[in-house]
Amino acid sequence: MDLRYSESDQKFRAELRAWLRDAVPAHGDPPRGADWSERRDYDTAWQRKLYDAGYAGINWPKEFGGRDASLTEQLVYYEEVARARAPYVGVNFVGLLHGGPTLMAEGSPEQKERHIAPIIRGEQVWCQGFSEPGAGSDLAALSTRAELDGDAYVVSGHKIWTSFAQVADYCELLVRTDPNAPKHRGITWLAMSMDLPGIEIRPLPTLLGSGEFSEVFLENVRIPLECRVGAENDGWRITNVTLSFERGTAFASDMYQLQQSLRDLTALARRVTRDDASAWEDRALRREVGHLAAELDAIWAMVKYTVSEAGKTGVPGMTGSCIKLYYSELKQRLGEISMRLIGRAALARDDLDDLPSGEIVHSALQSLSLTIAAGSSQIQRNIISERILGLPREPR
Amino acid sequence: MDFQLTEDQEALREGIRSFCDGRFTFDALRELEEKTAVDRELWSELAEMGVFGLRLPESEGGVGLGFADAVLVFAELGRRLVPGPLAWTQLVAGRIDGAATGEVVVGGLDLRGPVGGPLVVEHLEQLDALVVLRRDGVARIDPRDLDGTLVERPLDPHTPIHRLASLPEGERIGDGADAARLRLEGAALVAGQLLGIAEMSQELATEYARTREQFGRPIGGFQAVKHILADAFTRQELARAAVYAAGATLDDPEVGSVARAVSTAKLVAGEVAMKNARACIQVHGGMGYTWEIPAHYYLKRTWVLENVFGTIDEHAEEMAEHVDADA
Repeated sequence: MDLRYSESDQKFRAELRAWLRDAVPAHGDPPRGADWSERRDYDTAWQRKLYDAGYAGINWPKEFGGRDASLTEQLVYYEEVARARAPYVGVNFVGLLHGGPTLMAEGSPEQKERHIAPIIRGEQVWCQGFSEPGAGSDLAALSTRAELDGDAYVVSGHKIWTSFAQVADYCELLVRTDPNAPKHRGITWLAMSMDLPGIEIRPLPTLLGSGEFSEVFLENVRIPLECRVGAENDGWRITNVTLSFERGTAFASDMYQLQQSLRDLTALARRVTRDDASAWEDRALRREVGHLAAELDAIWAMVKYTVSEAGKTGVPGMTGSCIKLYYSELKQRLGEISMRLIGRAALARDDLDDLPSGEIVHSALQSLSLTIAAGSSQIQRNIISERILGLPREPR
Repeated sequence: MDFQLTEDQEALREGIRSFCDGRFTFDALRELEEKTAVDRELWSELAEMGVFGLRLPESEGGVGLGFADAVLVFAELGRRLVPGPLAWTQLVAGRIDGAATGEVVVGGLDLRGPVGGPLVVEHLEQLDALVVLRRDGVARIDPRDLDGTLVERPLDPHTPIHRLASLPEGERIGDGADAARLRLEGAALVAGQLLGIAEMSQELATEYARTREQFGRPIGGFQAVKHILADAFTRQELARAAVYAAGATLDDPEVGSVARAVSTAKLVAGEVAMKNARACIQVHGGMGYTWEIPAHYYLKRTWVLENVFGTIDEHAEEMAEHVDADA
């Protein structure tokens, strides 16, 4: 049991830290507001800078332009990126964490050629066309229909929760190709160009009022056969290749970032007055902060444990679900404590006086998505109790 | 970095687990209930397993291992609710002759924190020496000099307690820094025991949920029950990471703040043990409320261990100071 980073890890840390020290301020603040093409430019330009500096695709194999960093170097990467408050992966999320890895594993040579290098260079943005109004947690119930007609699939259906659809170049699309097969066996994975005729994107405002989500309506969209990834009706297996990527270290930087958020909260508590004293004098608040700090340290230790386990066994551990479950609820608690700390300033979504109420309220509201997205907490609990504890399975 | 058990550590854990599984069955624990006298044979068996001399150098007759190993051993002792002042005796091995070999049973009192309530000491009748941690130093007291009254009905049937009217100064065997250090080390060992309690509580509950049937199927098939167990497992893995990290940090203080890692471990493991022991009772339903089912043992022992080497609240306040110092 050894928590010590090796000399080469430390060297990597020093180089990365030095690079981030200049690169992050030079990139400026992210655009605020709803101009998604501005947002795309900001995120993809950052991706390009990462690529040029040799830090893009930290866990991607070298043959696909990635760094192929060791697992501990990846941890160092997530720590340093959080520490430097570097730009979030943003619109590149689906390409880097889902689409790209899926194509690496399952794509044809032509498909790899067409997509992988552009994704890692920040030239090709992907969105995800998985969920439907009738297929959320029960994703395999999806009903978007695809029928082969000559050299193309003709696709009609309705996708939902599609982040960044309005600025994406491609969509990883799950469609039903065999309506008579059991539901997991009639699904196919397509790489759909977002330029095709018959695609309509309608924004679906979130409870933040933001518009990164869309509904995507497909009406007789002709998707060339060459865009099918893997075999027809093998899409469910291919999808699960993607999902196991997502549950790995997708949130690692964010998790480490929470420690910084807690320090910010502490500094703020010293400035806020309660009962004629600073809020930090409030013992109940200090205990709550200390309690959260312990849980945050523990969850970071759990990330290290899980990453080390993956290094030993070669496969991501099942405890990824546990980390996701615990972390998402922890972040919501932090959001609520922060809201309570600033009192009635929490009624505003803008900064009031010298209080960062805008950021605090935004962050608290945004955290509500964490227990729902990428497998709700209830689904995570099913996964843990069935696959790890061996309890009876839910109907499927 | 390789934050996983080494092969030697796996073997150490398996060895102590099979010993405890054989020696501390629930039947054996039932027989040990309410016994205030020491089981010297049992104590020397633990000593032979290396429980007390684990961290002593081999040149001094110990096993020569570190804290990362010690927390694994203590987790196993916690799983099987091995009774006695285990942490105290290991803490002073090398400081008090005979502790490492099991000839001398050492208990203790930690008076460094804001201790509330009466002076209560565990296992007094078994003790050959009592160690007291105070803010300004460590003292050794001869239990024969103490005027203790046995409390008729202790909370934990395996942790007899005495109430003390007063406490003599005792013989000074360490300074304030030693006392602080021993408290940290003790907190890490006890956090190990609490991890074991959390694990076993979850396992007993899961096993019951798998076999107990109602409405024609195992209760573990109902989400209302299986989600309790998923949460218990998740918490247990969180505690495991925290406890192992505390052990590894004590062994190699360059990887992080020892005080912070230990407070994290004691706080998280204490809370997780408490929640998992309660979950174990709840999942067992009416049987969980009976004396017959050992679920209550786990909750009661948790309460004993929560009240030594810093409570959840004390460690939370210490963590707040760490965060503030970094802010």
